Amino acid sequence: MAKLIKEVLIKENIKIATDIYKMALEDVQIAKSADIGMFINIYPKDSKLLLPRPISISEISDKTITIIYQVVGDGTNELSMYKVGDKIRISSALGHGYKIQNVDTHILVGGGIGVPPLVELAKRIPNKKIAVLGFRNEPILIDRLKEAGAEVYIATESGRVGFKGNVIELLKDKGIYGDYYYACGSKGMLKAIKKYCAEIGKEIQLSLEERMGCGYGACVGCVAKVDGKNAKICVEGPVFIGDKVTLS
Amino acid sequence: MIDLSVKICEIEFKNPITTASGTFSIKDTSEFYDPSELGGVITKGVSNIPWEGNPTPRIAETYGGMLNSVGLQNAGIDSFIENELALLNQLNTKIIVNIAGRSIEDYCEVAEKLNDTSVDMLEINISCPNVKQGGIGFGTSTKLASLVTKEVKKVTKKPIIVKLTPNVTDITEIAKAVEDAGADCISLINTLLGMKIDVNRFTPILKNKVGGLSGPCIKPIAIRMVYQVRRAIKLPIIGLGGIMTAEDMAEFLLAGADLVSIGTASFNNPLVLIDIKKNFIEYMIKHNFKSISELKSAFVE
Repeated sequence: MAKLIKEVLIKENIKIATDIYKMALEDVQIAKSADIGMFINIYPKDSKLLLPRPISISEISDKTITIIYQVVGDGTNELSMYKVGDKIRISSALGHGYKIQNVDTHILVGGGIGVPPLVELAKRIPNKKIAVLGFRNEPILIDRLKEAGAEVYIATESGRVGFKGNVIELLKDKGIYGDYYYACGSKGMLKAIKKYCAEIGKEIQLSLEERMGCGYGACVGCVAKVDGKNAKICVEGPVFIGDKVTLS
Repeated sequence: MIDLSVKICEIEFKNPITTASGTFSIKDTSEFYDPSELGGVITKGVSNIPWEGNPTPRIAETYGGMLNSVGLQNAGIDSFIENELALLNQLNTKIIVNIAGRSIEDYCEVAEKLNDTSVDMLEINISCPNVKQGGIGFGTSTKLASLVTKEVKKVTKKPIIVKLTPNVTDITEIAKAVEDAGADCISLINTLLGMKIDVNRFTPILKNKVGGLSGPCIKPIAIRMVYQVRRAIKLPIIGLGGIMTAEDMAEFLLAGADLVSIGTASFNNPLVLIDIKKNFIEYMIKHNFKSISELKSAFVE
């Protein structure tokens, strides 16, 4: 019995971009359970919504965790309505996240709402780190990544900010090259970066997303093919070594 | 002092609360609470060989419910005995193993392998809507349901529960067939076949297109079916389908269930079985019931 379900205090809940919000949650035990690339389950109050919302942890401090979420439906819309001082029910940090490797240059590749977990990753990497980020139109968390000491490169599909195109094109265009890669983003982006890393012979850790049921390993709803076998993304992942995962 | 114990098939359960098959993992659920607090645990379906299950997405949320098309992914009986049963044996509660199969031989093979284990009962899953062969195909035919029951009874040393599907015209016919074939207990209901379409992407959410609906939205159907089956057969009944609260549990017992299983609620709150147990004791105190049989006999038609 190591995991908790707790009512925690909302310390901050602000809009940072179109439909994207930042929420800080205060609880010492939950903060202690958190590590880079893990997620929490948030339980909506609306009783017609049975399932938790699994949301990745963006930043961790002694007492608080910060999440960045996009409003995509009733559950995340409910989250966006909460005020500072409200309480919500969440789980301990769950899953297995990124493992920082001992190399000279780290490349962090993020797409859209996949960027948040890269912030804590960047903060913990002690040496050279380059964040290569792709967005449709509107970049997020650029300042946080810069404050964490990362060199930041941006691509947008619209070309409104930075390079016009995707992250793979940006990596090639700028000649960005590192010893080890970490990524979080859409399945399409993950497939492309996994292929790219295979071509250049570098290892990559991928954070996978899937529709979850319980979010703690009981329902076997979210699985990915890892080493040819179904692995539970919520327990064994969400981060896996790229070479081991088959992305369908 | 309130006595929550229930005896069925010569087995004493310390309270009527069990986990619903497919919603409990000894390793992962035990991270949140001690399953020894429960009357019993019912495992996820176990087959004779490992099953891969269906492609993802396997989960879709619906209004007051959810759809799943997991498809009974499991590591097979040999792995189950070696890994999971070893952990289950450390619990102080009754162990019920849910058995899945694509053929009668499959069910029998798993049942036989559990003969000389500490398992208390077997639950025969003839009602999973997510597998192409077997599963629900056995549960919608009185002839096949009866045949599976008879054949498993021939080879097993354990009392068997047959889990029924609600996806039938008359559930009492299947219940009677299974009782006549020698089942020791009935559990109902498994999930209802459902579907959800993403109206912004114009395609079904589940890769399998259809899946099993569970959660509080199905509870009135489950209560009605438990009530009907209670009046059609003599066997003990494990009632399930959408239990979220202690009051929901009481409703199943009043409808005629002897034990209950709680499943989908544990996705909404991993601690819910423990919360329901605590609140159920308060419900019993409020109504001045000293035992489960007192509560059950209070039902007035």
